[in-house]
Amino acid sequence: MGMDLLSLYETMVKIRLFDTKAEELFLEGKIPGFIHSYVGEEAIATGVSANLRPDDYITSTHRGHGHMIAKGADVKKMMAELYGKKTGYCKGKGGSMHIMDFSLGVLGANGVVGGGIPIAVGAGMSIKLVKKSDQVVVCYFGDGASNRGTFHEGLNWASVYKLPVIFVCENNMYASTAYMPETTSVQDISSRAVAYNMPGIAVDGNDVLAVYEAAKEAIERARKGEGPTLIEAKTYRLKGHFVGDPELYRSKEEVKKFWEKEPIGRFEKLLFEKGILTEIKKKEIWDKIKNEIEEAVKFAEKSEFPPPEDALTDMFIDDRKYDY
Amino acid sequence: MREITFSEAICEAIREEMEKNPAIFTYGEDIAKQGGIFGTYKCILGKFKEKVIDTPISEEVIYGSAVGAALAGGRPIVEFHFADFLFTGMCSIVNQIMKIRYMSGGQGKLPIILRGPDGVARSAAAHHSQSIETVFMHIPGIKVVIPSTPYDAKGLMKTALRSDDPVIFFEHKRLYKTKGPVPEEEYLIPFGEADIKREGDDVTVIATSRMVLESLEAAKELEEEGISVEVIDLRTLVPWDKETVVKSIKKTHKAVIAHETWKRAGWGAEVASTIYEEAFEYLDAPIKRVGAKNVPHPFSPPLEEAVVPDKRDVVNAIKEVLENV
Repeated sequence: MGMDLLSLYETMVKIRLFDTKAEELFLEGKIPGFIHSYVGEEAIATGVSANLRPDDYITSTHRGHGHMIAKGADVKKMMAELYGKKTGYCKGKGGSMHIMDFSLGVLGANGVVGGGIPIAVGAGMSIKLVKKSDQVVVCYFGDGASNRGTFHEGLNWASVYKLPVIFVCENNMYASTAYMPETTSVQDISSRAVAYNMPGIAVDGNDVLAVYEAAKEAIERARKGEGPTLIEAKTYRLKGHFVGDPELYRSKEEVKKFWEKEPIGRFEKLLFEKGILTEIKKKEIWDKIKNEIEEAVKFAEKSEFPPPEDALTDMFIDDRKYDY
Repeated sequence: MREITFSEAICEAIREEMEKNPAIFTYGEDIAKQGGIFGTYKCILGKFKEKVIDTPISEEVIYGSAVGAALAGGRPIVEFHFADFLFTGMCSIVNQIMKIRYMSGGQGKLPIILRGPDGVARSAAAHHSQSIETVFMHIPGIKVVIPSTPYDAKGLMKTALRSDDPVIFFEHKRLYKTKGPVPEEEYLIPFGEADIKREGDDVTVIATSRMVLESLEAAKELEEEGISVEVIDLRTLVPWDKETVVKSIKKTHKAVIAHETWKRAGWGAEVASTIYEEAFEYLDAPIKRVGAKNVPHPFSPPLEEAVVPDKRDVVNAIKEVLENV
């Protein structure tokens, strides 16, 4: 992918509409489990992924729909997975928080905060030691994960072995209900990079072009064998921790204030100014994507649930003799 | 046949497979410069430049990185230093290694080996002595290997190194220096096939690891009293060989289970209840279990001895079973 401004815009809109729809379906009781919305954070995955090749890897989080879409995931298979259907990415065994597509380089959305960090580091090890290629790994995690041991162990490790890993901290200011400044020792998570001897860059995570540029530089560095970078993309979680969160820990005014800075409207303004986007073109894009998401919903609803006996497959490659 | 140590057998298996398969690399604490804390990497010291790596003491990454390494085309062998320190990176093992293939709906391969020492030895005390194989038998998602002889160790390690699923491989500290026959030519031992280490007619002892050796000693002692003991070495716990165990019970009608892991809810409980489920009518007496007392491992030698089972406990358990007939 290159930096085609309209395609950046389309990706952001697709992420927004997918998660908006997922929220709606969840509230209608059609989707089991939990949904963690990426609404408001679309610029990050979009800006980063625009620099990635199909053979690059990412590790994602429990808020992973956006990372998947930006890496090129099929929204039909994603929606079917949210429904727990057999046609979903993980045949209904993963669900929203654990969508994976190894063939697309997506080494898993992850239900454990910071759980993807060691996985990203390991992929970096194989790239360096076995594949000896210029592939890179992007490791997404949140501000909450930056307080976990895996973050500190993982950054140290990647730095020691100069691994091609780009650590992208999506600082949305909330770790579940915990407000970041009240639970984190530093103002800028990017400043923690100093301790691990790698560049630490803070960017406006609601500005897709700023994210694109920061990621471009970090990814080029990694491809050249110059090692990891920590990028902190400062954003805001416009929705609750999960769909249905009563949000008792923050005020409506605070959320309203940040809606004014949301990334899609902001990028749209720029595209209008540059004459790249018109009202007609905009409607065309939104209609097209809405239609694609509706098709995904239809596909998911039409798909069969997995039969109960499928619960006892996919554990080991050789399932013979195993007592399930 | 030549005789080599358990430790040399493990190393040979690793060396031979690394020579064949460039995707294999190995990392952990104290392996590259020292050859492993118990010498299990001595035969590859100075070989496989860049593929034998000393790591930081960062267990969450030591274990969790194996997932990414495997998914990106590598075949990592991870040394866990002491089984006790599996717990310091347990989230990566249980929530990532052991689940990711299933959660992904069966995508990809996960050729990962976690290997290293376990078991009580020389007053290492509570943070360096535990036998925790039961934990990994309880939670689904990893094949569990626990050999007792150099021959089995090499054959099972080679199978592990060619497995496309995660394997955890426990090597008892007190076995590393034990010697045994190991052929020069290549052989593999499949998982899920127990080995009858000694045939007998009066009672079956089901054991693993060091307790196989203790059970064989017990059998030798009881032979002098006219008691014929069959000793089955399970060798792998996931999968475990029910058929061989049940067949033996149908012959001897009595069972003792011996392991070094804690007796309470140890894997012996699983084996015992399986025997009750599948061969109850063949039993002439209640099954006895031998395991560690349910306390952390104490330091002082007489205390350690009081907690950890040995030959004497197996002899006593067999006699009790025979008295209960």
